[in-house]
Amino acid sequence: MSNRFANTKILAFFILRKDRIRILIWIISIVLFTVVIGSMLPNLYSTGTDRQIMAETMKNPAITVMLGPGYGLDNYTDGAMMAHFMLIFTLLAVGIMNILMTIRNTREDEEEGRTEIIRSLPSGFLSPLTAAFFVSAAANTVLALTAGLSLYSLGFESMDFQGSMLYGASIGTAGIFFTSLTALFAQLTPITRSALGYSFGFLILAYIIRGIGDVESELLSLFSPLGLILRTEVYVNNHWWPVLLTLGLSVILAGLAMYLNTIRDLGAGFLQPKSGKAEASRFLSSPLGLALRLQRTAVISWTIGMLVLGLSYGSVLGDLEGFLDSSGLLLQMLPESEVFNLTERFVGMLLTILSILAAIPVLIFILKLKSEENAGRIEQLLAGAVSRTKLIGSYAFIGLAAAPVIQFMSVLGLWASAAFVMEDPLSFNILLKASMAYIPSVWVMAGLMVLAIGYLPRFTGAVWLYLGYAFFIAYLGDMLKLPEWMDYLSPFGHIPQIPLEEFHASKTLLSMLLAFGLTAAGFAGYRNRDIHG
Amino acid sequence: MPVVKIENLIKRFGKFTALNGIDLTVNQGEIYGFIGPNGAGKTTTIRILLGILKATEGKAKVFGMDAWKDAVEIHKKTAYVPGDVSLWPNLTGGEVIDLFVRLRNSNNKKRQEELIERFNLDPSKKCRTYSKGNRQKVALIAAFASDADLYVLDEPTSGLDPLMDSVFQECIKEVKDQGKSVLLSSHILSEVEKLCDKISIIRHGKIIESGTLDELRHLTRSRMVVKTKKPMEALDMIKGVHDLEVRDNIFYFQADTEELDNIMKYIAQFGIVKLESAPPTLEDLFIRHYMGDGGES
Repeated sequence: MSNRFANTKILAFFILRKDRIRILIWIISIVLFTVVIGSMLPNLYSTGTDRQIMAETMKNPAITVMLGPGYGLDNYTDGAMMAHFMLIFTLLAVGIMNILMTIRNTREDEEEGRTEIIRSLPSGFLSPLTAAFFVSAAANTVLALTAGLSLYSLGFESMDFQGSMLYGASIGTAGIFFTSLTALFAQLTPITRSALGYSFGFLILAYIIRGIGDVESELLSLFSPLGLILRTEVYVNNHWWPVLLTLGLSVILAGLAMYLNTIRDLGAGFLQPKSGKAEASRFLSSPLGLALRLQRTAVISWTIGMLVLGLSYGSVLGDLEGFLDSSGLLLQMLPESEVFNLTERFVGMLLTILSILAAIPVLIFILKLKSEENAGRIEQLLAGAVSRTKLIGSYAFIGLAAAPVIQFMSVLGLWASAAFVMEDPLSFNILLKASMAYIPSVWVMAGLMVLAIGYLPRFTGAVWLYLGYAFFIAYLGDMLKLPEWMDYLSPFGHIPQIPLEEFHASKTLLSMLLAFGLTAAGFAGYRNRDIHG
Repeated sequence: MPVVKIENLIKRFGKFTALNGIDLTVNQGEIYGFIGPNGAGKTTTIRILLGILKATEGKAKVFGMDAWKDAVEIHKKTAYVPGDVSLWPNLTGGEVIDLFVRLRNSNNKKRQEELIERFNLDPSKKCRTYSKGNRQKVALIAAFASDADLYVLDEPTSGLDPLMDSVFQECIKEVKDQGKSVLLSSHILSEVEKLCDKISIIRHGKIIESGTLDELRHLTRSRMVVKTKKPMEALDMIKGVHDLEVRDNIFYFQADTEELDNIMKYIAQFGIVKLESAPPTLEDLFIRHYMGDGGES
């Protein structure tokens, strides 16, 4: 029996040794992010009136979709406000951290043949998976304790010890949950990319279900692990049951993953790839054809995914309308024009966020070129009669061309479901115009990625960081009262939100020129550098 | 005009000098063997030749064109098989072969099917399920199905079974019969010995020996096994005799080719009972160069 777990300890220390920097960076960034914002918020809303407006705003279904249900609003303390603002984002970050970490140590090791070597040594057949679980448990525990203690040490009256530790426990538990879930997906499919896709798909789905559930039905939210964790109501009611429940679920999922691991062969999964055609279709005869063929599934799923995202955001617009009609307090406190603009302001923000999210698939499609290079497959293409410009051009083209298509799908979804739930529906033309105005911004991000691949492929991560910044500013910039120049640092910050502001031809043109320049520079770099692999 | 012409090629990766002045010429119709230990610079040389890496200094020309600037033009008539074949896990072998052949703008479906048959490959399987040998077959089929004038093969047979290895050797001979050129980097010295007209040995980023197999042998020693009637004395004092060992009155030693005449005259005085001589194998050559007594370092 114990032979199944032989040498798990050594393997766990090995994973820690190899991933220590990665884990440390994640933990430090998440804790810093939490603490910095946590200490800023109370000063931003220091007067009683400010607080009351904020609390009233939190009842807005649009905000609920973004952040989760408000709680403790009658006496809106520093702690409640901070947790309400920060928890959901921290959960998402922790989810991403654990998915990436777990995939590396489970299916990726197995697909790359590293697990085979480990298993040929005197280690048990459950040892690699168990070691991955141990490391995740340790990393998430450290994260939970560090975050909890740091928040407590800020010394705000309402952020007591129990609440702070519960906040830490909430994110740590969510991390463990996503480790178990990812490990389970890693058993199901023999393909690393698919396991990664399922895990991230689940994370996004959990976020969407929580968003709709928090507005429409609390029961629905409980089916999402993110929704479940938000029910802790940290710093107000301090419920521990969601943490315990999630922990229990994680153990069950982990057990299931281990069971599946014992009944399958090394390298195999339960969803086996089929055989294919013995001949290539006519389409597969150029780098562009190949790039499209390789990313077919990704392109289709992202297009559908953005439609669904648009639909789900749109579905709460009806509630927003009703809320504005009934909220006398907000009407009293804000100038009339601002209240009537609230729907439009919210839609404007939604479109910014949807555009930033649309940049994710665009960057992924372009970044595929780098993973192809790392896998050593570019060399064989360039050994054919293929120029480098044509090669990088194919990937850049897919990314650039995907932007308007994806934008169209998300705005279509938003409009369709909004038309269904709103008494006074939005005009599709205006929405489409507003959404298309962001395409040059998406292209600027794409251009940056092409530039990174052309010159310094090691630094493509910086482009993601920049996109993360843009997302954060668009989402919370207003509420955190961040200075305007921070908004202008984002390529999405310059774009006029069209129902409210006028279309600005020169800004659009400038963004397009910038995107074009970055892309061209990236091409030049790619023509002149060594190909690795 | 030589098919491949490399002159004083230098490649640095940061401070590390991978190639330190390589010269190499492959003529039309030649099968050129390129041998050297791991990390000597074989693959780097080949990658520069294919325009995948940029040379730091020196010239690399294929068909008289610049390997870096005219890569696309060169590759229309060049077929390449890498040592470590990475394929797209979700494409089938057949799809990859079609793609590679099309990227070289040649299209000989009949030849391709014939090769798939000869190499005994199932083209409808996804590449993820192929073993190393099968992935190599995919690259080899794509290469030999292309209408190329130069074949650049980087350790192409390391994963093949002996049966497939002989199919590979047949293919090389067919290509040679058509007057095409091959640059073959390999570790399997018996294969190089069997196939190649000319050989270069690379070590620490420098070519340390070049020429036909005969020319290279000339530089080296024959292995001798001798038994004489009268006990032979002081053989180790004779110029050109190395590594002498005596067991049961049988003398085992190596002889410098240019001293062979003198050595034979000396031995003959003692009355020869048995005399065996073997030409040096490439392996002897190789080991001699790498064990340190052949090179300058």
